This record gives sequence, C-alpha cells and structure tokens, in this order.
Amino acid sequence: MRDSLPMKNTSATPLGAGAKRSTPPGGLQAWLPRLVLAPSVAISLFFVYGFMLWTFVLSLTSSRMLPSYDFVGFGQYARLMANERWWVASTNLMIFGVLFVVICLVIGSLLAILLDQKIRQEGALRTIYLYPMALSFIVTGVVWKWLLNPQLGIQAMVQGWGFESFRFDWIVDPDMAIYTLVIAAVWQASGFVMALFLAGLRGIDDSIIKAAQLDGASLPRIYWRVVMPCLRPVVFSAVMILAHIAIKSFDLVVALTGGGPGYATDLPATFMYAHAFTRAQIGLGSASAMLMLGGVLAILIPYLYSELRSRKHG
Amino acid sequence: MANVIRRQTPAARLGRGLLYGVLILAALFYILPLVVMLMTSVKPLSEISAGSLLSFPQNPTFAPWTKAWGEACTGMRCDGVGGYFWNSFAIVIPAVLISTTIGALNGYALTKWRFKGSELVFALMLFGCFIPFQVVLLPMAQTLGWLGISSSRAGLILVHVVFGIAFTTLFFRNFYVGIPNELVSAAKLDGAGFFRIFWRILLPVSAPIIVVSVIWQFTQIWNDFLFGVAFSAHNTQPVTVALNNLVNTSTGVREYNVDMAAAMIAALPTLVVYVLAGKYFVRGLTAGSVKG
Repeated sequence: MRDSLPMKNTSATPLGAGAKRSTPPGGLQAWLPRLVLAPSVAISLFFVYGFMLWTFVLSLTSSRMLPSYDFVGFGQYARLMANERWWVASTNLMIFGVLFVVICLVIGSLLAILLDQKIRQEGALRTIYLYPMALSFIVTGVVWKWLLNPQLGIQAMVQGWGFESFRFDWIVDPDMAIYTLVIAAVWQASGFVMALFLAGLRGIDDSIIKAAQLDGASLPRIYWRVVMPCLRPVVFSAVMILAHIAIKSFDLVVALTGGGPGYATDLPATFMYAHAFTRAQIGLGSASAMLMLGGVLAILIPYLYSELRSRKHG
Repeated sequence: MANVIRRQTPAARLGRGLLYGVLILAALFYILPLVVMLMTSVKPLSEISAGSLLSFPQNPTFAPWTKAWGEACTGMRCDGVGGYFWNSFAIVIPAVLISTTIGALNGYALTKWRFKGSELVFALMLFGCFIPFQVVLLPMAQTLGWLGISSSRAGLILVHVVFGIAFTTLFFRNFYVGIPNELVSAAKLDGAGFFRIFWRILLPVSAPIIVVSVIWQFTQIWNDFLFGVAFSAHNTQPVTVALNNLVNTSTGVREYNVDMAAAMIAALPTLVVYVLAGKYFVRGLTAGSVKG
C-alpha cells in the first residue's frame, strides 16, 4: 500500500487510465488512516503540548487573578523557591512518595508470593485485595477520615476495649498527619501492585524454579535469588506507576486532610490548585505546575529509555 | 493428590496455617473499611456516638441513605447527591463512548495501515497518559471559556475525551498489534476499504479490548475529582465533587451516617462494575505496564 502509485502519478509523464485502474482503492483510501488520526494528533498537539507551553509562558508572567502577559522572567520560580509552603509541599511529597511506593511494593509483592502458593479461594482473596483500586480517592479519603477520627474512630474503639492510653490521633497532629495519607493511599493501591506481581509470577517458567528446588535451594532463597530478578521489569513498572500516582495525588489530600492541619499535609498538586484557582496567583501556580511536570519527566524519561532499550535487545 | 497429603509434615501444616492466617489478616485490612462504611451508613446517630466502629447496627435504618440522596447539604444547596449522581452519568456515558470509538479507530490505523511516521504519532499521543493534569488546568479553563462551554457538562465531556484518547489508543493499539496482518492484507487485495475492513474483520474480534477500554474509562471518569472541581458549576458537578462538599459542609451536627451513605452512593457504580467485570478491570490496570 505504502509504495503504490500516487508517487508516480506526480511525476512528469502522465500515465493515463491504465495506471488509475491499478491503484484500486484510490488516493482517498491511502490517506484515510492519516485522516482518521489527524484529529487526535491535532488534539494532542494543542491540548497536551500546546497547553504545556502555554502554562510555561504563564509561569514567566506576573499573572494573578487573570492571565496577563507581562513577562517577569523566572521571577515566579524564584518566589516559589522562597515560599515556605512550597517547601512543605515538596518535602511532604518526598516523604509521602517514598513511603507510599516502598510500602506498596513490599505489601504487594509479599501478598502476590503468598497467593501464588496454590491457595484455596485465591480468586475471592484477590478480589478483596484489589477492590479499593476501583474507588475514587474522594471515597477513600472520606472513609479513612471517619476511621481516623479520634473521638469516634479507631482510637475510640481501641480505648473502648480497655486500652485507655491508646493514642491514634495522627490526623489532627501536624507532625503525623502526612502519614495518614500514606495509610489511606497504601490501602487503595497495594492490591494493584499485588495484581501486577501476580501476573508477573504467573509468567515465569516453572522449570527455573523446579531446577533451583532440585539444587536444594530453600523457598525464600529461590524467591529472592531466582524469581525476583525475573520480576525486575514488573518492579520497575510498579515504581513508575506508583510514583506517578503520588505526584498527581490531589483528591486524597482534599478529602482526607484538606491539606491540614494548617498546611501540614499540602502536596504540590494541592499547592498548585490553591494558588491558581483560589488565591489568585496564576503565575506562581503555573510555575509550580511546571515543576511538577519536571518531576514526572525525571521519572518517565529513564523508564521510557529502558523500555526502548529492552525492546531493541529483546 | 494422595501422595501430596501424605507428604505433609506437622511443620508444613503449621506453615500452611500461618500462610492462610496472614492472607486472611490482609483481607480484613482491605475489607473492614468497606464494612465499617456500610454499617455506619445504616446506624442512627445516637448509636454511632454510643457504640463503637465495629459494633453491629442494632436498629438498621435507611434514613441516612434517603437523606444523602435527596436532602443533605452540599455547600449552599440542600438537595442531596442524587442529582449529582445523574450528572456523573450524563458526563461519563458520552465521554466513554466517544473516547473508546476514537481510540479503536486510532489503534486500527496505527497497526494495520502503518505509514511513515506512524510510530512517532503513537509516541506523541502516548505522552498524554503521563502528564500531571495540573499543567493543563489553566489553559483548559481559558479554552473552555472561549468555546462557550465553561462550567457545563459538555465542557467536562470534552476534557475527559481529550485526555482519555491517549489511554484508549494505547489499549487498542496494543491489542490490534497481536491480530495477524494476513487477514487484513487479503481483504485489501480484494479491494476492501479502510472502514469496511475495520467493520468486518477487526471489530468482530475486539469485544475483550472494548470491555477493557470501557471499564477503564468509566472508572477513571467517574472517579475524577480534579477536572470536576475545576471545570464545573453547582448544577453540573459530578458526584465526587458533591460528596466532598457534603462532607465538608459545616452546618449543625456532623451526620457521619449520612456522610457514609453518600460515600457508598458515590462508590457503588464503580464497585458494581468491578464485581461484575473484575477480570477486565485488572487487565485495564495492567495494560501498558506489563508487556504483552
């Protein structure tokens, strides 16, 4: 199809009716695939790439309530770097992101390995582990806000059992509130990591494990030395997806802590929204959005690079 | 079977017991919040303040559910989340149908009608899956204003279609790559055109990936909060935004049972989809992350 006649038709010698009949679908058919893709490409160029550029331009202006195009260079980035709330948000993202990713990986891989031991009712257990992923982060936030409520939630329940000195009031404690986000987010996403690992485990050739068993290796040793290295791509994908969820986390913070107490649990996503939409600081908000994009690219580019490499070699 | 049982030593049996113990504990961790949410939503307020989180409802009542649906205050208005529940459907259904259709055609064109630069087109579009949406919020708000559809359902549908086609294209492209080219080539030789081949050859085998794409888009758009809160007005809000407003409205006594009932209402559609089609849900989640 690709190297058919339209090319020749443009050449100087007119080929006449005979040539037309030998290109059965005609010019339109050759262009149809491109025509079908054109709107999506246009959408992507405008709404993704164009908007990224637009936000970057905004981040170089002094825009407040409304976008204005009065350029101030990288002044907004300098203001951002001097903004204490931004540093709280960034530090929170580091704490939240690292704990969220690591705990999800540990719980997810452990559950997957345990479920892979020919368990009865595996399907039912899998369904239970994974269902939180179907919920909205807003629902998750509302539920955990209730569970973590010191007066009526888990703390009150355990105290009611007779452990009067039991304390679990992290959600109202500025130093600990960030960890409540980790708990709720892990609850929601660790089952998904389990599903990823289980799919990976099922894809491993049994004969490798059997061979290791014949060599007398113990089961934990086999998993650590033989199976885990095979799952490296799964770990990599999981880290990538989880880090991505962490950077984008917005709804969970809004529903669970509202960024509070004070702004103790602000994340860059909530910082951006607050400044761009409610505090009339469009320039500053745009600058923070660009830094978020930078964070995503810092994770994405090594990932895509290794994906492309492994595809070439694999 | 028989010799498997005979080989079980007491130590092995203990290990098995421990294994099940851990798995069941984990199951409790995941299921209890849902149980608590459901039980709290049918308890009267007096029972909530007197009893504990896990105490079984003594006098179950559906009053919190009807209140959450039709009367509870979400911000300034007090007409429950029911209207917003239908809002969500009015946004989700068109957005899912349009984005899935476009994704299917894109995936088909990218795999069965490859042309110079088609891989580049795919890579270009794929990037849309990864951007943090904060980076498009402000330009989007202004563009919706120019188009005259800011704060409308049509505007939200547009936003979800625009940022959904990257995912749907990815799903269909990865699926169609696995369909042998011979059939398509033969049909091309017979003179069948672009749409005819799609309709007669690709579409009949696409059921699994259509289900994956529809479920993925449905849960994504239903659960969306960021676009909903940024681009809606009080009468076009999706249910997630209404739920958040309801929980954070501070007038009078905090009615936790109504909060939980509203959360259940907002969660039910995606939970039902998950229970009915969990297999496809998992496939959507893992598409693009686990190769193949």
